[in-house]
Amino acid sequence: MTAPFPELVYYSSKSGNTHRFITRLGLSATKLPEEQDQFVNMTEPFVLVCPTYADGEGRGAVPKAVIRFLNNPDNRKFILGVIGTGNRNFGETYALSGRIIAEKCKVPLLYTFELAGTDTDIVRVRSGLETLGRSQCSTAA
Amino acid sequence: MKDMLETVVPKAINWNRLEDEKDLEVWNRLTVNFWLPEKVPLSNDLPSWGTLTDHEKQLTIRVFTGLTLLDTIQNSVGAPALMPDAITPHEESVLTNIAFMEAVHARSYSSIFSTLCSTKEIDEAFRWSAENPHLQAKAKAILDTYAPGNDPLKRKIASVFLESFLFYSGFYLPMYWSSRAKLTNTADLIRLIIRDEAVHGYYIGYKFQRGYEKLDEAGQQELKDYAFSLMFELYDIENKYTEELYDELGLTEDVKVFLHYNANKALQNLGFEALFPPEVSEVNAAILAALSPDSENHDFFSGSGSSYVIGKAVATEDEDWDF
Ligand SMILES: Cc1cc2nc3c(=O)[nH]c(=O)nc-3n(C[C@H](O)[C@H](O)[C@H](O)COP(=O)(O)O)c2cc1C
Ligand SMILES: [Fe+2]
Ligand SMILES: [Fe+2]
Repeated sequence: MTAPFPELVYYSSKSGNTHRFITRLGLSATKLPEEQDQFVNMTEPFVLVCPTYADGEGRGAVPKAVIRFLNNPDNRKFILGVIGTGNRNFGETYALSGRIIAEKCKVPLLYTFELAGTDTDIVRVRSGLETLGRSQCSTAA
Repeated sequence: MKDMLETVVPKAINWNRLEDEKDLEVWNRLTVNFWLPEKVPLSNDLPSWGTLTDHEKQLTIRVFTGLTLLDTIQNSVGAPALMPDAITPHEESVLTNIAFMEAVHARSYSSIFSTLCSTKEIDEAFRWSAENPHLQAKAKAILDTYAPGNDPLKRKIASVFLESFLFYSGFYLPMYWSSRAKLTNTADLIRLIIRDEAVHGYYIGYKFQRGYEKLDEAGQQELKDYAFSLMFELYDIENKYTEELYDELGLTEDVKVFLHYNANKALQNLGFEALFPPEVSEVNAAILAALSPDSENHDFFSGSGSSYVIGKAVATEDEDWDF
């Protein structure tokens, strides 16, 4: 039997907020590389966790490493949903990357959280992913 | 002796040779964010200002003079104090941008005042800010760590606490008015300040993390203890400041939750874990919505996430997408 949780793929820059969140979550996860010549190819369903790096107008909200990853149609085939992160103090563009990816990939925006997340975020994301993983298992069976 | 006094000529800054990509990333964000208070039609708030009671007006002006003081400190002392500690030449440039924007922030409170208040009210509030013991105490606590010769990383801790924590007892009020459809133009201006402070807190916290990771375990522990004890000291002052300002409107408890929430975010900017548990740091939805209009909380997992619409003003184009 496979674990009930779907795989996670995430991006985190050197400020490390998303990485700290993923570490606390304690689930199997792949970090997207910054380097242009390194690729991640997914072969099973996954959830993407992505911080926002927009300019004032919302341009460039999705980090380049994430765009590179999603430009691969095989990876897009397996994306179940996206969790967007950011900081509410950015106002209208709060967690915008999650909204953009959801729109472009036609998958649900599962959740948003700020910086490295709170204990409440950890609990909600864990249980949400578990439910999602279970429904995946039953559709796959 | 003569050698020691020799003038040091810095190297001309080359933005095409970066030591740290974050410097350019943050520079770009800060420069596109640039704004001036004249951009915001503050006078549209005059009718709304007229609906506030005398006490509410006085409170609002006082809160803004408190914020002016913090911006003044960060402009004239805080950001310049970080410059000699810069690890890269580009970091120094970013800090000059930060310093200048603090002057814009401080200046914009005076634009609000001249639009809405009488000279007498303004002078009274500035007198109040110079005499208020809690405001003075928090200013002193920060200025002490900025003093020459202090540990560069401790200075960054204090600076992140100012940027990401100390402002928020003040920012609460315009967000509260905005959530009640009052002083909405003033709130627009404050949101521009809040957005700038978010980048400032992020960047200084990021540079702190770069220094912190180079320390041995004992050095890290000492700094972390310092950070948490400074947070406790400031939190104590903020509590008293909050009570004095907000008791009469019955908002103190709500503001304190907002303080906890922001204290946690300030600590996260430094790479540390949160201090206050969720039970006391969950900010009421109206204030959260005032902070980030048009981007509600999404929780598809629990079924409470509403469908979202990408705001018209928000561009999503990026030439790197190929689908
Ligand atoms: C230059 C810059 C721009 C940012 N823009 C946004 C934004 O538009 N919206 C948002 O919600 N957060 C924004 N953020 C905040 C980051 O998304 C947030 O700090 C996140 O936790 C970073 O994740 P990481 O540390 O894993 O890279 C921005 C941060 C930086 C440095
Ligand atoms: Fe400021
Ligand atoms: Fe600032």
